[in-house]
Amino acid sequence: MTAVVNVFLKEGVLDPQGKAAHHALDSLGFEGVKDVRIGKQIVLQLDAQDKAKAEAEVKEMCETLLANTVIEDYTIEIK
Amino acid sequence: MKVAVLRFPGTNCEFDTQYAFEKLGHTTELVWHEEETLPADIDMVVVPGGFSYGDYLRSGAIARFSPVMKAVDAYAKDGGKVLGICNGFQILTEAGLLPGALKRNNNLHFISKHQTLRVENNDNAFLNQCQKGEVLNIPIAHADGNYYIDDEGLADLEANNQVLLRYCDAEGNRVVVNGSVTSIAGICNKEKNVFGLMPHPERALEAILGSKDGIKMLKGFAS
Repeated sequence: MTAVVNVFLKEGVLDPQGKAAHHALDSLGFEGVKDVRIGKQIVLQLDAQDKAKAEAEVKEMCETLLANTVIEDYTIEIK
Repeated sequence: MKVAVLRFPGTNCEFDTQYAFEKLGHTTELVWHEEETLPADIDMVVVPGGFSYGDYLRSGAIARFSPVMKAVDAYAKDGGKVLGICNGFQILTEAGLLPGALKRNNNLHFISKHQTLRVENNDNAFLNQCQKGEVLNIPIAHADGNYYIDDEGLADLEANNQVLLRYCDAEGNRVVVNGSVTSIAGICNKEKNVFGLMPHPERALEAILGSKDGIKMLKGFAS
């Protein structure tokens, strides 16, 4: 089973990397970009059979280590 | 006073930190991150600067789970004095011993220069040798020093005199250096026994090297 975790800075927390990329896109002439946010994707290969159990475990991993919930949100997708 | 100086893989300010406290007449002991206990006879713990675990995932995120950090957590919760400098500050926020978090600098650059700081509060075990409003000259060297805390957290910091230092110009007016909320450079916990700052007082000990304001800051701990 594979778990895909996406971690992004929370809405309202300024994302300096996203802002820099947004400026770069503007200066390259790409119009109509309203917002850019840069996060990270963590892909975990799990030795698990039960999807719900795996999801609960990955959630705990996110809360403990993979995300800093003071500034970051995360999403989990189990495949 | 005896000072435990922690050492993780990637720490690089441990010897400067030892030098600083020894210059002030204290004894120091390096403590490797795999130790599960702190030396019994210490008076404080310093988590020095560097790049623990290569700053992988987030600065300080992996170091906070080192065996020694359990002992530091217990020591701090028992009222022991803990100081985190730069990466040490990041580790203490990741460990939940200090509120808030440190993000990538607003301009995405690693900033390394001397910086003036204003003393915001001195009613604590750290900055008691400094005057409130005093301007100090201390080097900074970081990529992830952009302090973030939500509005409610900031109000708590202000209400309890937990903001220690802010980035300022030579006259003491706040300046934006890395994007920190209200230019915060250092804070302490509510109980005022855990301290964290991005600037490096241990690198400001000799006038010939640009500043000796670090002495004034660090000698507060022994008074």
